[in-house]
Amino acid sequence: MPQSPEGIRPAIYTLSVYTQCRVADMSIGHTLLGLLEAGPRHGYDLKRTFDEKFGHDRPLAYGQVYSTMSRLLKNGLVEVDGVESGGGPERKRYAITDAGITDVGAWLSQPEKPEPYLHSTLYTKVVLALLTGRRADELLDTQRAEHLRLMRILTQRKRKGDIADQLVCDHALFHLEADLRWLELTAARLDQLAREVRR
Amino acid sequence: MMTPAGTLLAATDLRKAFGTTKALDGAEFSIHPGEVVAVMGPSGSGKSTLLHCLAGIVPPDSGSITYAGRELTSLNDAERSALRRTEFGFVFQFGQLVPELTCVENVALPLRLTGVKRKEAERTALHWMEQLQVEELVAKRPGEISGGQGQRVAVARALVTAPRVIFADEPTGALDSLNGELVMQLLTEAARSANAAVVLVTHETRVAAYSDREIVVRDGKSRDMERIV
Repeated sequence: MPQSPEGIRPAIYTLSVYTQCRVADMSIGHTLLGLLEAGPRHGYDLKRTFDEKFGHDRPLAYGQVYSTMSRLLKNGLVEVDGVESGGGPERKRYAITDAGITDVGAWLSQPEKPEPYLHSTLYTKVVLALLTGRRADELLDTQRAEHLRLMRILTQRKRKGDIADQLVCDHALFHLEADLRWLELTAARLDQLAREVRR
Repeated sequence: MMTPAGTLLAATDLRKAFGTTKALDGAEFSIHPGEVVAVMGPSGSGKSTLLHCLAGIVPPDSGSITYAGRELTSLNDAERSALRRTEFGFVFQFGQLVPELTCVENVALPLRLTGVKRKEAERTALHWMEQLQVEELVAKRPGEISGGQGQRVAVARALVTAPRVIFADEPTGALDSLNGELVMQLLTEAARSANAAVVLVTHETRVAAYSDREIVVRDGKSRDMERIV
């Protein structure tokens, strides 16, 4: 991103700025698996692609990439597709297994528990669905249904509760409503997002 | 008579075009007695056209609509009008009360149109005004009451004929949050206690949260969100 003369990032709300707002506990393993679905990659390539798409200001540590890949390997979700030994240290190339593809599919289709600042995990899921040729619109609809299910429970609780219950439920309802508006807007902009993430 | 599944009102493969614009493109819908179903979707998605077709206001170009076992699309204008007067109730975004009539006369109007005598019609109207907590407004005219009160009077009017289906098109669209919540709470409670089904068109998710399930309409096609989770 171009910087101003003072070295301060310009406050432009772009896709790359948005991805900086990701949640810390996003599933790194699933994200790396999703990236591998496009084709086999070396650990270094995986890290670079991850940082480019999801971790602009918080790049993934090399150690985290390799520990995650070891875990995925142990669980049979990836396999070593080849080893290059050139002049430097050995470089393993990883490929996703059928079990890995199933695991990514299950993660993407599972709605997240509605909670504040969920948008970053959802954003990641939407991008990965687009990258892997899955139905991002269905993912958004599934999440929408899950949000509305919780809103119904809160609305019901509010109807039966006292004023304190009503206010607490209202607070949660307004946050969920904001999430839902984001889901609707994202659904309306999927084509635009698909063009950008596949560039 | 009901359809075998106990559905009160159902539509299959509804299509409706206005000129070259496809407002409905194979939409589906179903609702059971006492159920509240929210119809959501972006502006221009076809949700109001769906409501108008279901209520027999606009005939679809093709497709089937069954109400209590009767095919709605085969009824003539007079039969559909009779159905709307006796079996269906309507709530619109802006109340649409008759300004020259008092509130109780407005609520009693659907009964008067079906031939019920004034005294009896107004007694029933007063019962529903009490349910909607607007009984103190009986002698007021619509110009003398607030938007929220007017909408509750409109809900009482929709319920006065003991309809089996209430069609509510953005019923809280012109109200602030608090009045919107009150209208939704009273509307859904009154409808459920009367075992009336409510077709609720809204773009507000907090309003849709008063429903039992949700249908999303996009580009004239419907999606039952309950089948997703």
